[in-house]
Amino acid sequence: MIRAAITKRFAPGPESAGFHLDIAFEAGRGVTVLYGPSGSGKTLTLDAIAGFVKPDSGRIMLDDRILFDAASGVNLTPQKRECGYVFQNEALFPHMTLRQNLAFGAHRLPRLERHRSIAEMLDRFRLTELAGRCPRELSGGQKQRGSIARALIARPKMVLLDEPGRGLDSVLQSELRTVIREMKASLTVPIVLVTHDVGECFELADQVLIADGGKIVHRGAPLDLLRNPGTPAVARLLGDFNVYDAEVLALDPGRQTSRIRMLEQEWNGPNLRGCFKGDRVTLCARPEELKIAAKPGDNRIRVDSARTMERAQFVRADFGNNLIVDVPREVWSERRENVWVEVPAMALRQLNRDEKPR
Amino acid sequence: MQMDWFPLWLSLEVAAGATFLSLALGLWLAWLLVNRRFTGKDVLDAVTTLPLALPPTVLGYYLLVAIGRNSWPGRAWEALTGTSLVFTWRAAVIASTLHAIPLLVKSSRAALESIDRDCERAARSLGAPEWRVFWRVSLPLARRQIGAATALAFARSLGDFGATLMIAGDIPGRTQTAAIAIFDAVESGNTRAASLLAIVISIVTAAIVFLSNRLEHRRSL
Repeated sequence: MIRAAITKRFAPGPESAGFHLDIAFEAGRGVTVLYGPSGSGKTLTLDAIAGFVKPDSGRIMLDDRILFDAASGVNLTPQKRECGYVFQNEALFPHMTLRQNLAFGAHRLPRLERHRSIAEMLDRFRLTELAGRCPRELSGGQKQRGSIARALIARPKMVLLDEPGRGLDSVLQSELRTVIREMKASLTVPIVLVTHDVGECFELADQVLIADGGKIVHRGAPLDLLRNPGTPAVARLLGDFNVYDAEVLALDPGRQTSRIRMLEQEWNGPNLRGCFKGDRVTLCARPEELKIAAKPGDNRIRVDSARTMERAQFVRADFGNNLIVDVPREVWSERRENVWVEVPAMALRQLNRDEKPR
Repeated sequence: MQMDWFPLWLSLEVAAGATFLSLALGLWLAWLLVNRRFTGKDVLDAVTTLPLALPPTVLGYYLLVAIGRNSWPGRAWEALTGTSLVFTWRAAVIASTLHAIPLLVKSSRAALESIDRDCERAARSLGAPEWRVFWRVSLPLARRQIGAATALAFARSLGDFGATLMIAGDIPGRTQTAAIAIFDAVESGNTRAASLLAIVISIVTAAIVFLSNRLEHRRSL
């Protein structure tokens, strides 16, 4: 279990805005995904846990061990933190073969075990044939597997992966996800994965931490986050939400429903907590929960032509006005003209107001 | 007249010794300046550059004060070995070392700063102690630039005149290096010896500069 609560402040420079990292989280067994846009402090957080960057204040614990504690002046060197770090650019030693790279990681193991471990790792990551090659003779995916193998061979007490899928094509990315899934199944130590790929995030995570502007703005299990993104900012970060401003016209707590005005018409809405008639609320709905229909009706709105994006299982139709709908392919091929979009009341979820950034 | 090649051999030997010493010291200083934070770092940085900027005779004078027969390092040396340090070939090595160090520190520092930081971080994270990170990762990655700088440092030590003259003197057959011998030959009107030595030194230096450039430009790994 990693427990971290740290801050670090960078004063604004002539060409850079200042940055304030203020992050607290726990990461237990399994994969904790640190998700967020570029510049949200994800890599900085990993670097602080690994000991490459010294926080200004706070504490980092790994199980019962203090890795960093500003109050008592403890700051273990990276060497003593027993952390398997997988770098964005692989960082395999270019002047060594893959086998030598692994041997470097295994130097603390007893001699006989070292050889066995190296052979085992090469085999496990399908690198045995490539063991004699230097990193420049390997493909992107092979390098990334080698880099993970090297991080694991030292038997780390935690594994940190910094956007390992970056720069790989989609086939290699899905291969990498398989590798990480296998790793998750075989390891009992915490794995922290930094990414800004939503797919990777929801496919691999046991817990998701959403970072923005140096803070963790939301956290939860992946499915819970999809059901309830919490704030408009998180909904936007997760990318796949339609976000609406609405006015409360009537509330019926007994039947758990409401009437609202949004997109310049009246709708049936869900039960709205903590609201009064006349309040403004922010609601969101996922594209796959909206439907298209051939005639007008309750909770339907007339739409014009759509911009479409072909996906594997469906067509994503964007009608403007935050009406993005995932339509099954066969439905879409029958019905492109004279379309209404239906927003079921149950699909609309209430969001809290965004916190003002400090 | 028989040509005396002793100064040339002495110069090569002195330069070899000075290159070895300045490489060891220069790498250590460069590593310190790149990897460690300490008070007085700016001062150390300035002091290592000083031999480049000071007039060689001033440098030689300081050396004379520092390791002369009345200084404590000079006396300690004499007590240990029974011989004086100044006015020997060893003094010439020290003078040339000082002459070559700024170049090595500056180039090694640039080389160590230019290598992929993540490789060093990876090595540390894998539990490698600092000396292992340096020998197995940093140094091999920077080896071409450091090799190029070492070649140049050798060429530079070969040509030291002022500081060597001040501290090692001009004793033919003992401390007279090629640079000093050329000066002597010109002074005494022996232009043939001067030009011969000058040509040989030029050829050696040109070869070293060529080698250094080759190393510098083939940086691909």
